[in-house]
Amino acid sequence: MTKRSTWALPYAIFLVLFVALPLILIMVYAFQDGSGNFTFGNFTKFFRDTDAINTFALSLEVAIENTAICILLGYPAAWILANKKLNKSAVTIVLFIMPMWINALMRTLATAELFHMLGIQLGKGTLIIGMVYDYLPFMIYPIYNILDRMDKSYAEAAADLGATPWQVFWKVQVPLSMPGVISGVMMVFMPTVSTFAISEFLTNNKIKLFGTIIQENINSSMWNYGAALSLVMLVIIGITSLLQDNKKEVSGGIV
Amino acid sequence: MKRFFAQCYIWLLLIVLYAPIVFIAVFSFTESKVLGNWTGFSTKLYANLFTGNMQGTGSLMHAIENTLLIALIAACVSTVLGTIAAIGIHNMRGKSKQAITFLNNIPMLNPDIITGVSLFLLFVFLHISQGYMTVVLAHITFCTPYVVLSVLPKLTQMNPNIYEAALDLGATPFQALRKVLIPLLKPGMISGFILAFTMSLDDFAVTFFTRGTIGLDTLSTYIYTDARKGGLTPELRPMITIMFVGILILLIIINLRKIRNAKNATE
Repeated sequence: MTKRSTWALPYAIFLVLFVALPLILIMVYAFQDGSGNFTFGNFTKFFRDTDAINTFALSLEVAIENTAICILLGYPAAWILANKKLNKSAVTIVLFIMPMWINALMRTLATAELFHMLGIQLGKGTLIIGMVYDYLPFMIYPIYNILDRMDKSYAEAAADLGATPWQVFWKVQVPLSMPGVISGVMMVFMPTVSTFAISEFLTNNKIKLFGTIIQENINSSMWNYGAALSLVMLVIIGITSLLQDNKKEVSGGIV
Repeated sequence: MKRFFAQCYIWLLLIVLYAPIVFIAVFSFTESKVLGNWTGFSTKLYANLFTGNMQGTGSLMHAIENTLLIALIAACVSTVLGTIAAIGIHNMRGKSKQAITFLNNIPMLNPDIITGVSLFLLFVFLHISQGYMTVVLAHITFCTPYVVLSVLPKLTQMNPNIYEAALDLGATPFQALRKVLIPLLKPGMISGFILAFTMSLDDFAVTFFTRGTIGLDTLSTYIYTDARKGGLTPELRPMITIMFVGILILLIIINLRKIRNAKNATE
């Protein structure tokens, strides 16, 4: 029985080579100058570079706004879809999920072209609307999933015990669906904060996000600075995923 | 009444969400170079797409071929690697299991751009020239974790004695694997394969960073370069339309079958 644990060995080696080592290399390159000497220069460059700092702040802002709008629009939609009294057709659910299966670049291009034809000036507004277009399904799906699988007797019990429908919603269903919201946030926030091609299309190259700056540095062979910026992004991602782990424990406690 | 408003909200959201796609689909039936400029009904763009009578078709067809081939190879390798790994991980205990599960989660949590940049640095560091091979390796890297996570639950649900029983009854380990383990794990392997395939099809960022400078294009990178050159090649409109309609039909069929099966099961 225990011998079969060795079957994981090839994959373990693969993971070390293609997952662990590359991440270590980001750190190594981030703390090196062009000729391979240890330096903090890449980071001091970043903190002095007002353009990069502003872009970084803008990326965070756009990601937070996009995530918030996706929750506001997506939660009611997921709630209606999961409610058998309000929605009987499975086709609507498929229609909401389908965009997840289609190349994000194509969807973004279609959106940008639509703005273009309607004569809407491409800029920050279109950037956020376009991102909501791209990521709304990723918010709706996990919330729908958890609401759909939720034991209906909790809500019934609360109603039997005298809770108004509004109380049932806020005190029972919303807390129980939090894990779905959290995974929705992960699926929306992380890609938005790190996007690069999408922002270029939606703003006609007017607004750069953090991902674009990383890409430009890597492509122009500024590997060390690019690696340092990637490390900054990794820290943000790390903080966000810590948030998820804590929340999971909390929600586990409620259930 | 409540139901009416709920349905209104849902359909309003869907209409807004699908507006760009419908718009592309409508304008795939006209010849005009510029989107939004209707110059009469025509299927010329479709004809161009299929007969290859357009500028740069060669590279578009090439890009489609590359996309499919890379996705197929990556999905096959990931399914084999991931299934074997899942069997191993399932039988592991303690720290080593924690470590490998942690590493396995990283490519799923990492944003594409980080995976792309980190693999780019790896290939630079190892002096591996980038091209087809590196793109395939990169795709295997981010696809395999999904296979592992699809197969692991099947192993947990499985009765561990079945495999041992096969061995006791004289099956060689290979026979036990082929005749007992694989059939039981098949649903997990299939959903893992499908996930890996779609992940690979959909990828842009990782391909972008690992394809090197030999001019290798997948559909995503082709579209990216094309759109940056200024405006979408008109022939991409029918292609996007075909892909949308194809996926829509496929998903509706899959889901209707699922519902029908569920109904049959309850009857």
